[in-house]
Amino acid sequence: MELKKISKNVYEIPKEGKMNVIGTIYASEKLLENIKKDKTLEQVKNVACLPGIIKASIALPDSHQGYGFPIGGVAAFDMDTGVISPGGVGYDINCSVRLLRTNLKKQDILEKQREIVEALYRKIPSGVGRGSSFNISKQELNKVLEGGARYVVEKLKLGVKEDYENTEERGCMEKADASKVSERAIKRGIGQLGTVGAGNHFLEIQYVDDIYDKKAAKIFGLEENQIIMMIHCGSRGLGHQVASDYIQAMENEYGFRGLSDRELVNAPIKSKLGKEYFSAMACAANFAFANKQIITHWVREEMKSFFPEIKIEVIYDVCHNIAKFEEHVIDGKKQMVCVHRKGATRAFGPGRREIPSAYREIGQPVLIPGSMGTASYILIGTKRAEELTWGSTVHGAGRVQSRTHALENLRGEEIKKELNKKGIEVKAGSWKSLAEEAPQAYKDIDEVVETVSELGISKKVARLRPLVVIKG
Amino acid sequence: MKFKFLEHTGDVKFQAFGKNINELFENSALALKEVICGKIKVKGGRKKTIKVNGRDYESMLHNFLEELLYLLETEKFIMAKTKVKVKGLKLSAVVYGDKSGNYNFVNPVKAVTYSEIFVKYEKGRLVCQVVLDV
Repeated sequence: MELKKISKNVYEIPKEGKMNVIGTIYASEKLLENIKKDKTLEQVKNVACLPGIIKASIALPDSHQGYGFPIGGVAAFDMDTGVISPGGVGYDINCSVRLLRTNLKKQDILEKQREIVEALYRKIPSGVGRGSSFNISKQELNKVLEGGARYVVEKLKLGVKEDYENTEERGCMEKADASKVSERAIKRGIGQLGTVGAGNHFLEIQYVDDIYDKKAAKIFGLEENQIIMMIHCGSRGLGHQVASDYIQAMENEYGFRGLSDRELVNAPIKSKLGKEYFSAMACAANFAFANKQIITHWVREEMKSFFPEIKIEVIYDVCHNIAKFEEHVIDGKKQMVCVHRKGATRAFGPGRREIPSAYREIGQPVLIPGSMGTASYILIGTKRAEELTWGSTVHGAGRVQSRTHALENLRGEEIKKELNKKGIEVKAGSWKSLAEEAPQAYKDIDEVVETVSELGISKKVARLRPLVVIKG
Repeated sequence: MKFKFLEHTGDVKFQAFGKNINELFENSALALKEVICGKIKVKGGRKKTIKVNGRDYESMLHNFLEELLYLLETEKFIMAKTKVKVKGLKLSAVVYGDKSGNYNFVNPVKAVTYSEIFVKYEKGRLVCQVVLDV
């Protein structure tokens, strides 16, 4: 496949065959070497063939092979001629990250790491098959699907207004319609509200290790050595089923012939089915927002038993797998488009009305979890991102090794020992899940963050290092 | 060989084999079980019956594997093995397994994807390929 270097960190797959637009890969030379090793570039090309795609099919520096779209893939579609594709959002709809700040310092935690990890692990279900103690009727679940984190705070009284105010979409996506979510999806999701799940999902206690942008850090309420908590989870079985249902429905309605990957099945944005998928996807996104709101409530309760004076506040909460209608400037004109972000974070620059008022003057907070045991970053979005990547940036380190490869070469017990040596307490559902998520299986987060900084699609604010890790 | 795993950076890709369509599906279920439970032996004392159909063999395979995930998530039932009967594009299967709470699982499977999926004849046997979102 032809790949042209355009400038530092920017590469292009020229238009050929059925491609409607070019492919653009944003990566350093080192990251590109990894990206070339799997099918990422082929998947970028497949996305470029979809109807109504605008400008380019984009892969970000953390991208790797996914299904349908690559992970780290971004594409915008024309509202009239374009499509919406469940495979461009993924099964874990609104897999996302919430960041909490506390009034604790690193030294407050150090003596208690082990007790805290045990207590949080007991309180907050994670891993395969651990159900939730949060009981909810079907009727009430429907309200959660339409009301998201906002409903959990206002009606169920689990949290404060600032929690959802500082969440993407203010904790509730519009156009959510629970009648578009199948019984099957409800049945899968009803016992899973308030669970972290497994795989790459986690709950971490971290401390602020370095600050790069003092002004932004102050606005986010960050200080060196401050204790921060990070929750990474999504819409669980409910979201998975919504994706499966609509992939099936779109196949039945529009077929999949002519698609280079059956997972790219889609519907016109303004078609009945396209709108229905969006409404169901919004419900799943709200489930994920609500899920993290409930977990936040439990984290507060549990941490209070250790630190009666603790204050825990939401800094921000970002989506990683989502499709959204957004206004962008195309050839000098403002236009609504449907942006798909799959394993990518929105990174709007200063001034956008979507950003909570407290942060609007500096840009949207961007939360980048590192791989297990490595640094995580807080960044802010930029105008440059709006010009280059539909206001998007990376979502994490991005895998570089397959799970099977990691399992063959790494042992969970040893990884735990290594993390303990670095002063990190870890508790996981199984040794295997530790091995699969080992830092060695991921790209170097520092390299990924440097690359987005160089590109100007987000700006570094602070670096966080883990002290306690709970894995599903 | 009943099934094998292939390289995939983000997710899990497997191929399964069978001398006929029933065996191909049964072996695919075993691959899925190995992803979820590793090499743990699951008792097969309990029984469930499932029925699915599809527009082609690929979607029938997809729907069959999804149904097994659905049993695990909603009925807390983990399979040990399956006995599959395919007639045209209709499938019925008896699933032998146990209560999931009796085991420690290692791996979640979020969904069965359509990415790179196929069912085909190759060298005198049936082969299929599936990518699982994990």
